[in-house]
Amino acid sequence: MLRFFISRLSTFFVTFVGVTLISFAFIRVIPGDPIIVMAGERGMSQERYEELTRQYGFDQPVLTQFWDYLTGVLQGDLGQSFVTKKPVWDEFFALFPATLELSLCAIILAIALGIPAGVIAAVNRGKFFDRALMSSALVGYSMPIFWWALLLIIVFSGNLGWTPVSGRMGLLYYFPTPTGFMLIDSLLSGQSGAFVSAVQHLILPTIVLATIPLAVIARQTRSAMLEVLSEDYIRTARAKGLKPWRINGLHALRNAMIPVITVIGLSVGTLLAGAILTETIFSWPGIGKWMVDSIFRRDYPVVQGGLLLVAVVVMIVNLIVDMLYGLINPRIRTRK
Amino acid sequence: MALLNIRNLSVEFATGGGSFRAVDGVDVTVDGGEVLAIVGESGSGKSVSMLAAMGLLPWTATVTADELSFDGRDLRDLSASARRKVIGREISMIFQEPMSSLNPCFTVGFQIREALKQHLKLDSSARKKRALELMEMVGIPAPEKRLTAFPHQLSGGMNQRVMIAMAIACDPKLLIADEPTTALDVTIQAQILDLLTGLQRDTGMGLILITHDMGVVAETAHRVAVQYAGWKVEDQPVETLFDTPHHPYTAALLAALPERATERRLPTIPGVVPGQFDRPQGCLFSPRCAHADDLCRSTVPPVQSAALGRARCHYPLSVPAKEKVQ
Ligand SMILES: Nc1ncnc2c1ncn2[C@@H]1O[C@H](COP(=O)(O)OP(=O)(O)O)[C@@H](O)[C@H]1O
Ligand code: SF4
Ligand SMILES: [Mg+2]
Repeated sequence: MLRFFISRLSTFFVTFVGVTLISFAFIRVIPGDPIIVMAGERGMSQERYEELTRQYGFDQPVLTQFWDYLTGVLQGDLGQSFVTKKPVWDEFFALFPATLELSLCAIILAIALGIPAGVIAAVNRGKFFDRALMSSALVGYSMPIFWWALLLIIVFSGNLGWTPVSGRMGLLYYFPTPTGFMLIDSLLSGQSGAFVSAVQHLILPTIVLATIPLAVIARQTRSAMLEVLSEDYIRTARAKGLKPWRINGLHALRNAMIPVITVIGLSVGTLLAGAILTETIFSWPGIGKWMVDSIFRRDYPVVQGGLLLVAVVVMIVNLIVDMLYGLINPRIRTRK
Repeated sequence: MALLNIRNLSVEFATGGGSFRAVDGVDVTVDGGEVLAIVGESGSGKSVSMLAAMGLLPWTATVTADELSFDGRDLRDLSASARRKVIGREISMIFQEPMSSLNPCFTVGFQIREALKQHLKLDSSARKKRALELMEMVGIPAPEKRLTAFPHQLSGGMNQRVMIAMAIACDPKLLIADEPTTALDVTIQAQILDLLTGLQRDTGMGLILITHDMGVVAETAHRVAVQYAGWKVEDQPVETLFDTPHHPYTAALLAALPERATERRLPTIPGVVPGQFDRPQGCLFSPRCAHADDLCRSTVPPVQSAALGRARCHYPLSVPAKEKVQ
């Protein structure tokens, strides 16, 4: 177990440096000079331009810039936003709860619907529900998110007027946000209607963001269940006279969860990528929107730091998934 | 009245290459306290016929029978929930592969207690006690410790003991053991068989023992049914079977025994059991039979009388000339 942990930690470190390099390079590959973007339409004098170039260190060789950045990162300093002058770290933590809330709701929705749907499809293999579910999963998987979001907005916000188009909270409400999770803060505020407003704002982005993971989880659950259902121990469970829900929902699902947990872990990366798009569409004030905005502004420290932190979040989630894996699969847990 | 009574059982599988009759017109009867051995090479429909009786075949199987009753109850038209009260409680079954027959995600203790919980009104502490008692009955050393073990932490022989403990948990009237020792080491095989026959004697349950091993048959069985390619070809008490086999296939099985069962090995007869695509016309054994003639190759043989071991053969062996039925 210790060796496992050390090997994980070293992988973590290598990935971390790699991601630092990639995020550093990524923003520099995009054409556009951050200082000119900063100046905006008014432009600036040559002297001012050179002064700023020196101030931000762009006159140094790229390798030196990277070295300075890396040593800063390793000391916990991600730099300051060119635009707001606030530390990237602070901005990230101010906005991250919004993304986390949206992503958690989406993954919970995807798991809560995807696993039962996959189980029912597998148990009713080849029947109507199975075919219907597998076709919709295929559609859901290949749906362009942008188009899907607009469609939902047109129907539910436009035609039906059930949900707001953007943001996290109605303008009528104003309250402190100690946790950053609107669902919790709105309840803590005690203002009537605030929670409902939070839910209404969450629904469409959650559905949009959950669509692809839902399709992936449902399909993976179905195929894992089909494989498990033909195992000898399922025949034993039936020979014991157990009820079908216990055979499918406990004996089979417990084993089928092993590959499903893996795809859930993998879909967290996809989910955060999807969050960037979803937040932009719904003007959701999270890190996705923050990062897209900073790419347009060529705000180098924000893009670098944001990518890095998102990558760290994905890596942490994968570590958690690995541990869950051991928890659910005794063959790993009890290995010496 | 027999405990298990199966008449004219047939099982057909829907397969990619059309339908395949894996069991064809088999009769099986077992009395309470009786040990019936079912022998025959691999692929002769032994497992499928027993799984059919248990209702454990996949949906691709179509089961038909003139009679399929257990302890006076017709198993064919039981509802799913009524069947679950019989299966696992009054009839239970153990399988060939102990390592894969237990769920890898649950401890063996959990899996034994689960069988108790399903069928008996015991509270949790009584279930624990009974599980421990069962582990002792099947001869598992350090049973308390083993109850919390996962199947992959135990050997094949231990897992088969756990399977047996689970199967006898609710004092079944009939235990079906489908080649319970085939996957185990030779030294362990004898221990498991001794355990099964000992339990059968102590509890008086009926036992159907599916096996390849004629040596085992000679030692343990009261009666022997021989199956070949989905047919039952012979059915005799064990005392007479070894001296006077009536079906050429049985005779060949016995002849193939090295020194008549001094050494335990799979009997070998030249050729293989015909599968889905190479079933001959007439007698299914005719391509391998030393006595086959044109009648055998064209006409399905009749089932002979009980005195002739119900041999499914045109020319049953060891027959006094006057009794010969044509
Ligand atoms: N689920 C199934 N689908 C199709 N054919 C099957 C299935 N199960 C068993 N069979 C076929 O039925 C025949 C009898 O199998 P089985 O009863 O397992 O033989 P054995 O006597 O070795 O136990 C074999 O030819 C096997 O291939
Ligand atoms: S019917 Fe003919 S071929 Fe078949 S077993 Fe009897 S003698 Fe052999
Ligand atoms: Mg078999």
